[in-house]
Amino acid sequence: MTDSGAESGARRNVGAPILAVTDLTVEFDTPEGIARAVDAVSFEVSPGETLAIVGESGCGKSITAMSILRLVPSPPGRLVSGTARLDGTDLLAIPEHQMRDVRGRDIAMIFQEPMTSLNPVLTVGYQIAETVRRHERLSRRDARARAVEMLQLVRIPEPARRASEFPHQLSGGMRQRAMIAMALVCNPRIVIADEPTTALDVTIQAQVLELLRDLQERLQTAVVLITHDLGVVAETADRVIVMYAGRKIEEASVDVLFADPQHPYTQGLLASVPRLAGDEARTRLTEIPGMVPPLTALPRGCAFAPRCARASAQCREAPPELGDVEAQHRVACWHPGQEP
Amino acid sequence: MTDEIPVLQVQGLTKYFPVAKKLFGGPTRYVHAVDGVDLHVGEGETLGLVGESGCGKSTVGRTILRLLTPTTGTIRLLGDDITTLRNRELRPHRARMQIIFQDPFSSLDPRMKAGTIVGELLNVHERLSRAERDERVASLFDRVGLRVSQMQNYPHEFSGGQRQRLGIARALSLNPKLIVCDEPVSALDVSIQAQVINLLADLQQEFGIAYLFIAHDLAVVEHISDRVAVMYLGRIVETAERRELFANPQHPYTESLLAAVPVPDPTRRSDRQILSGDVPSPIDRPSGCHFHTRCPYATEQCKVETPVPREVGDGHVVTCHLR
Repeated sequence: MTDSGAESGARRNVGAPILAVTDLTVEFDTPEGIARAVDAVSFEVSPGETLAIVGESGCGKSITAMSILRLVPSPPGRLVSGTARLDGTDLLAIPEHQMRDVRGRDIAMIFQEPMTSLNPVLTVGYQIAETVRRHERLSRRDARARAVEMLQLVRIPEPARRASEFPHQLSGGMRQRAMIAMALVCNPRIVIADEPTTALDVTIQAQVLELLRDLQERLQTAVVLITHDLGVVAETADRVIVMYAGRKIEEASVDVLFADPQHPYTQGLLASVPRLAGDEARTRLTEIPGMVPPLTALPRGCAFAPRCARASAQCREAPPELGDVEAQHRVACWHPGQEP
Repeated sequence: MTDEIPVLQVQGLTKYFPVAKKLFGGPTRYVHAVDGVDLHVGEGETLGLVGESGCGKSTVGRTILRLLTPTTGTIRLLGDDITTLRNRELRPHRARMQIIFQDPFSSLDPRMKAGTIVGELLNVHERLSRAERDERVASLFDRVGLRVSQMQNYPHEFSGGQRQRLGIARALSLNPKLIVCDEPVSALDVSIQAQVINLLADLQQEFGIAYLFIAHDLAVVEHISDRVAVMYLGRIVETAERRELFANPQHPYTESLLAAVPVPDPTRRSDRQILSGDVPSPIDRPSGCHFHTRCPYATEQCKVETPVPREVGDGHVVTCHLR
């Protein structure tokens, strides 16, 4: 059992960023009008670091990730602006054939639902070997051996036998582990994990998260973890970005974000999670009133203003810019801080 | 337990589903989805039923409502044995028990107006004039936090949280004594989840409804339940009062289930004990205690002998050889 980030404060010593996303804006054409799914989002991630992007459905967290890999279908999607630099190369500007070399080799993706992202008519071993052979000159036999090795690494029992099985023959947890094996087989420098454990039971989730942490430690992979589960964030992330209606509204180290959230939405989110409280008395959950506005009809000012107890005329007038609270802690709010 | 008749009393409930036979016969095999479950829910009480996917918790809920026919066992609703009643005899009992489903997207008829969906049960069970019915439906909309004007809308015009409110209004319409809540908030975002959980708690206070609250999210279950039962492969392995179960879990499975929940607090990153392996298939179940294949403390006895429930404290029942 590894105890990766037990030390508090700066969780890991991280080097220069490997991926820098700047001013990413993505729009979709919908029958209701133009929906700006991602609005001027910037972030960086360094080797060995886990960056969590949190938010509720429709906040743009998945689209952000998919845009970096250029997996957003166009039309209806459209990249309006932004760069995503991997070691200085802007992934959003290179030709598609070059991008195909990046996917799987430099940046790999783990999806939420392994049943729909694995090919049902090919064996698990074949699919992993195929990924290797796409990027490296290897014989079928060697690629196959690598696949089995990888399955062993993600702790699938009897890896040689499992490699010849089809996805439906594996349990949910095993399928997710096979997906991780496929993502890691080319030793990518960045792994984007989109809700990697949401479809799994808690005991299996714990296994998969531990495995991811372990592999990251060993391979110094940068991980972008997309999730709505604040428990998973607290357990695995180094830094956290909170998104709401397409915008980054707060960014901080995981300790700071949970201890001293500045944005009223972050505060509401943290307060509305039921916690295992031991023997404390039962309290009423804090609600965030109302719901997320549709992206095609966002208010003029701050998108959270209609649900926010602190909203002022200023909030309804103009959207707040991201500003520094302190080093490494930024928030986009006109009235940040703890409730008076 | 008091002397009152519980709203729901279930004894020795089993539900087996046959699995398709091989082409040339062979013995019929069964999925033992529910395998000898005892539970009771008192008036105005919430019993949380937790377990991982495939443990049979939803089948328990559906069998209790007689949406499925039990294989063996008895189900008593307010003292009346409803285990073997036929359709017509069952109808008056159906009005007293309702269900709220997990997926608010597939449990509402997309071609019916919201008001009609909520009023449908009133049409079946009560003789009301149209005006009376509309009035009842309007007050239900108001009670669950929907606008009365939304009665004219179709399900697709509602958000996930609002659809769940529709499901709740519908379940409430006949003033039931028992509502089976089958993962009612697991499809919702956290901020909306909190709204729905609070609404369910308020309604219970107001109308004294008993809930059988089926969920896999332990934090949600702890929040809403008075007592909690933990299921594993068709059997209840532990039942206790809420605080007792979470503070003092006795069964090794409950222990590891609690340890596996990620805590939303980065200063408490756990150095936890992680359960290895997967849940075995409910067709080829392990012998003896079903949990012995994953249990860190399993002995020879566990592999051979099926443990029986034992009371270890006030209302705290554990099914384990070692406790």
